[in-house]
Amino acid sequence: MSLVTRRAALSTLALGAGGLVAGCDRLNESPAFRKILFAGEEMNLGFQRALTDRDALAREYAPEDRSPTMRPNGTRDPATARYNAHRAAGFATWRIAVDGLVHRPMSFSIPHLRSLPARAQITRHDCVEGWSAIAKWTGTPLRHLLDVTGLKDGARFIVFQCADYFGSNRYYETIDLIDAFHPQTILAWGLNDRPLPVENGAPVRLRVERHLGYKHAKYVERIQVIDDLARVGLGRGGFWEDHHDYDWYAGI
Amino acid sequence: MDETPAPAAKPRLVYRHRLTTRIWHWVNVLAVFVMLMSGLMIFNAHPRLYWGEYGANADYAWLQIGATRTEGYLRVGSLEIPTTGVLGRWSDGEGNIVNRAFPGWATIPSGYDLAMARRWHLTFAWLLAFGLLLYMLASLINRHFKRDLTIRRDEVRARHIWADIKAHARLRFHHPDRPNAYNTLQKLSYVAIIFVVLPVVILTGLTMSPNMDAAWPWLLDLFGGRQSARSIHFICAAALVVFIAVHVLLVVLAGPVNEMRSMITGWSKPPKEPTP
Repeated sequence: MSLVTRRAALSTLALGAGGLVAGCDRLNESPAFRKILFAGEEMNLGFQRALTDRDALAREYAPEDRSPTMRPNGTRDPATARYNAHRAAGFATWRIAVDGLVHRPMSFSIPHLRSLPARAQITRHDCVEGWSAIAKWTGTPLRHLLDVTGLKDGARFIVFQCADYFGSNRYYETIDLIDAFHPQTILAWGLNDRPLPVENGAPVRLRVERHLGYKHAKYVERIQVIDDLARVGLGRGGFWEDHHDYDWYAGI
Repeated sequence: MDETPAPAAKPRLVYRHRLTTRIWHWVNVLAVFVMLMSGLMIFNAHPRLYWGEYGANADYAWLQIGATRTEGYLRVGSLEIPTTGVLGRWSDGEGNIVNRAFPGWATIPSGYDLAMARRWHLTFAWLLAFGLLLYMLASLINRHFKRDLTIRRDEVRARHIWADIKAHARLRFHHPDRPNAYNTLQKLSYVAIIFVVLPVVILTGLTMSPNMDAAWPWLLDLFGGRQSARSIHFICAAALVVFIAVHVLLVVLAGPVNEMRSMITGWSKPPKEPTP
């Protein structure tokens, strides 16, 4: 009798635990519950923006604090025919177009970018997966480009179109104007005092310190100014956001 | 209730837990359950822990869960523990072998989904953090902390703690003259959880946010860097698991029906045993 009840109790417990996990998985798929889970992102964004200084600088480290290696992640080589040709030519004809809601659409070559006032920063790269690496990034502050092209009324987001693909989807990311005009937001062409390697986004990648790694778009070839995230991709503001439920707000 | 005299055989109930304590307890059951299981899924994305500011695959990890071609393992420092079937390498409900740190039955969601695990974690974090804050405020106002959780100097003398350990071994948890009072080990563990583990788990969680680090760089100094904060976050989570296991075990030993009633209604049956 007691054996039966013990077995019953144990199987109830196992069923209960299994039921909880299955229940959570069902909630994970339920549209109404997903709305609650996705509302958490809005709350975190609102809370952090309200509580913290929008111009606060990410910590900058000393040269000896750097990681021995800067781990690459995501695309390590776009390997398209077009990219391979650019790579073979040392990115001499690579252009970064700046267009959309700007007064003067422009296109910047790498030498042109390098001729503008540069900023170097030794910062920590935090991947959404959990790891961190510290490296020195050198590049052109994005706000120099936006000051030259000028923003039209209604400009709210900056889109970074990239040369790499995940399956048939081109990588892209978006940031708002708070981050676009932040002094540490740079188009980096140097890593640890050397030209940016292919695996880290050559010839130019975005550094948007205060955000997780997936915001830092690599292989940037077009910068578009838009008024609404709905205008690009599937409307959630990035490849990972569109296809894999990642938060648009990557500050947490 | 006072009007009807209780039968002599039925011991009188005493009011043990205030409403705010009871609400916080059950909110935490939900919040901690979700935080732990979604946290394990997030850990699965990079099952390695480091000390300092940085740490990635090429750097030394003081803790790692992984798998060789055939075996799952947990490595702490230079100690490697085989964990095939539970950690690192296990089989899912359909019999597929999976090489991943924590098994599906322990994570939310049960399959690998970093983005959704983060959404669960960072949404339920509000319940955990603001639940703690409101409970702390309420417990200051209703004097729960002062009355029930203040540790007196004589309570932390070695002799007193030893006596309390012996009383626990005999399953005597409460002084019959003061059935409402927490015993010393109970007080110490609750104080450690409420004032150390939960605040540290919340602050180390914030330290993993790059935006919070920019705004509040003292977080990085307090915990010795982002990767140290991540390690401490994990250690605190492990401490919470140990606390919950002991807590549930003691509830079962002390009489689960009475303990559940007191945490749901507030009313508890005092112990019958004689003064130790």
